[in-house]
Amino acid sequence: MITIKNKKPVEVLEGVVIRFVGDSGDGMQLTGTQFSDTSAMFGNDISTFPNYPAEIRAPQGSLYGVSGFQVHIGSMEVSTPGDDLDLLVAMNPAGLKTNLYAVKPGHTIIVDTNSFTKKNLEKAQYEANPLEDGSLDNYRVIEVSMTSLTKEALKDVAGLDNKSITRSKNMFALGMVYWMYHREKNHTIEFFNKKFKKKPLIIEANTKVLNAGYFFAETLELIPNSYTISPAKMEKGTYRIIMGNAATAWGLLAAAEKSGLELFLGSYPITPATDILHELVKHKHFGVKAFQAEDEIAGISSAIGASFAGDLAVTTTSGPGLALKGEALGLAMMIELPLVVVNVQRGGPSTGLPTKTEQSDLMQAMYGRNGESPVVVIAASTPANCFNYAFEAAKLALEHMTPVILLTDGYIANGSAPWKIISVKDMPEIKNNKVTEYSENWHPYTRHKDTLARDWAVPGTPGFEHRVGGLEKDSITGNVSYVPENHEKMTQLRAEKIKRVQNYIPNLETEFASEGDLLVVGWGGTYGSLHSAVKQFNGEGHKNVGFAHFNYINPLPKNTEEVLRKFKKIIVCELNSGQFINILKMNFNNLDIYQHNKVQGLPFSNGELIDQFKKLLK
Amino acid sequence: METTAEKKYTFKDFQSDQEVRWCPGCDDYVILRSMQKALPEMGVKREDVVFISGIGCSSRFPYYMNTYGVHSIHGRAPGIASGVKLANPDLSVWVVTGDGDSLAIGGNHFIHVLRRNIDLNIVMFNNEIYGLTKGQFSPTSLIGQKTKSSPYGNTQPPFSPGELALGAKARFFARIGGNVPKDITKILIEAHKFKGTSLIEVLQNCVIFNDGCFTQFTDKKIKEDKQIYLEDGKPMIFGKNRDKGLILNGLKLEVVTIGENGITEQNILVHNAKEQDPTMHQMLVRLEYPLATGIIRSFNDVTLEEREAELTAQVKANSKFTKTDDLFFSGETYEVK
Repeated sequence: MITIKNKKPVEVLEGVVIRFVGDSGDGMQLTGTQFSDTSAMFGNDISTFPNYPAEIRAPQGSLYGVSGFQVHIGSMEVSTPGDDLDLLVAMNPAGLKTNLYAVKPGHTIIVDTNSFTKKNLEKAQYEANPLEDGSLDNYRVIEVSMTSLTKEALKDVAGLDNKSITRSKNMFALGMVYWMYHREKNHTIEFFNKKFKKKPLIIEANTKVLNAGYFFAETLELIPNSYTISPAKMEKGTYRIIMGNAATAWGLLAAAEKSGLELFLGSYPITPATDILHELVKHKHFGVKAFQAEDEIAGISSAIGASFAGDLAVTTTSGPGLALKGEALGLAMMIELPLVVVNVQRGGPSTGLPTKTEQSDLMQAMYGRNGESPVVVIAASTPANCFNYAFEAAKLALEHMTPVILLTDGYIANGSAPWKIISVKDMPEIKNNKVTEYSENWHPYTRHKDTLARDWAVPGTPGFEHRVGGLEKDSITGNVSYVPENHEKMTQLRAEKIKRVQNYIPNLETEFASEGDLLVVGWGGTYGSLHSAVKQFNGEGHKNVGFAHFNYINPLPKNTEEVLRKFKKIIVCELNSGQFINILKMNFNNLDIYQHNKVQGLPFSNGELIDQFKKLLK
Repeated sequence: METTAEKKYTFKDFQSDQEVRWCPGCDDYVILRSMQKALPEMGVKREDVVFISGIGCSSRFPYYMNTYGVHSIHGRAPGIASGVKLANPDLSVWVVTGDGDSLAIGGNHFIHVLRRNIDLNIVMFNNEIYGLTKGQFSPTSLIGQKTKSSPYGNTQPPFSPGELALGAKARFFARIGGNVPKDITKILIEAHKFKGTSLIEVLQNCVIFNDGCFTQFTDKKIKEDKQIYLEDGKPMIFGKNRDKGLILNGLKLEVVTIGENGITEQNILVHNAKEQDPTMHQMLVRLEYPLATGIIRSFNDVTLEEREAELTAQVKANSKFTKTDDLFFSGETYEVK
């Protein structure tokens, strides 16, 4: 059972709580101490809470023989060992059973699957294996056969007895957690060298296993849950804790149901977007067709095919995948089909920092295709509103017959937050442009007069047989056309179609102040940090600092200029070198506009933002 | 399963209003006409037919068919076609591609579509050259072949499309000359009937950049002596006088003459296209003399759509969720009052 203990509004948590649990012989205290010492040396504030049984060696596998060590690390002052866990490392079933209550829903549990034997499950009084019976569905469970991986890592170390081998598996767990939280291994390796000075074999074994765990986590690209952000005041209603990627998947499910279409996902695994695929493959009961393709290009190609055939089609990826999809995305734009492309941004360029967050794919989303090929670009800004913007992406795609890129990022995708559950019946209607009755004057590129969307004539509908393709088309018949004036006309039409989406999206809103000295501008996943910083700054005696956060980027909300011009100065804060600011500069002249950028794969901290605001108001 | 057409079509019903723009004398015209003649015989409704192509001369094909169609991007037609078929399994889906489109830039998609066995049909126009970009060597060009990008002769060894396809688990493979419209039509109809991915390699002469590349096999005067046209259940006999045949000698196929050295028709191998084990089909595909044509392999296997449909039905039957609300409000929720 999960008990949601913390119903109070939570601001940005600048800390992480980790607990290592296992048999008292599993070396959990040593593991925890190593982690906290290393973190302290790394510059974190720490607070720890060891919890172990009175018996030095309680019966193996029993509930009361569980030994644990909890550590709370933070970038700001940490005054308690922490309440709820962000990460539980459970070396056996008994450890899981006795500590599960403390893990925050949606957060991570690492288990040694080798210890989940029938005998150990019985000792822990489990009737069914919790790894198999669905009771852990609300958590991110990382199953690792730690004992056998440890044995494998040590197979070439001659002269080690079996017991010493098994006992070093705690270092495998430590290695994994070091990687997840970006800790150095050196401190621990030095510790081995001192502690086991006279036992070189044990030094070698522990070092090997620590490294093996570290590299294992690296290979799997394990990501910790990012910090939780939730609104200060929560509306009445039924809530659940949801992770950003799951919210994205659910928003797409809701859009499919609302539009009456079947959902098709064509995707290829890529960190940190894969969890959307993982989530959608579960939902065959809703008729979801999730297709794991042979590569990124086939992922989007299959989605384009499904869209042509009349499904709500989606492809999900991260930066490098979007680069691969570029040409196909241009085709979808050219043949004017509805398509949702979710890009869970990560640190770039190239392979970059797969497990870190960044907002550096904005220009790629805007322009990363050959020729002039505008698409709608929107961005989610919290784990929970990934739901809303995924739904919105589908709605805009279907109603405007265009690809829509939804940008999220590793930070909100892996972050979890309370989500006020909304019933599908309360979501806005989604229309689509499907046609059923053929009339003589119909042409594939006949456009709706307001949206400029073309009709969606899907195979299986008699009378509408037609061909589309990537070659330039006549503006009405859709036949291949090399006429110079027609090409220019079509280029303008495609741009105008996207521009007109402005008439269907909400205006930009400001928080804290609607006019004044300084407007803080952000977009996408930085909402939590920016909101928190502006709030704190205004609380420190400033009154006229407003905050405007963009979810719609192409096109921009209609009132954007009006909002910007009400402030004397503007600062655009982004986790890139300044991409959105250039979009604003390109659109609006003579703004007194500044920028704050961070490209470290990390979110903003309150302190750095406030320093920037202060400088501008001097 | 496609629904059957009540209306009786003729080939004209499948001609679009677009002017065909291939070079005069190109085999592509033959393939187009063969397809337009095959479709009325298939009994499929016109609105249920979809042609997907990539880039290249062959890929202009959909524009000339009065059906649904997408002229897509280079090499990606199998991916798009897979999406179309998975979205609506009632459609009759055709991929039209060339040797460059499917074996070079689209090689990855080509092998994976065959592996999955989605019920769609791939017609590969193999002319051993890049035509649309004006004459570079392709993945099927021969060693030593002089082209615009290999003026001193090609140094890259070629793929044999059939060999590659069988290696990628193709269940249906046929090879046919581009100059025999009736045979092409017949094979297209068989490919349509076959449930699973079917691949038809058409040996298509490019009159401009690789003229005569298959003449040694396809010239009407010699083709009966140089090709063996395989038919399921029939002995592997060829030759103008129907006196040549294939036997297995050790691990190799050998050409023998019936009536010589005590060989009778009884000694000649009988073609079994439906055999699951592709060993014999591989040997036939690799045969240099005679060149094997006709339906070389036609092994019935479960399609991806069938597996998916079965799994979906199972999951639906066992799930407590019918609406997304059931999911959203399930599990651990809490109230804020």
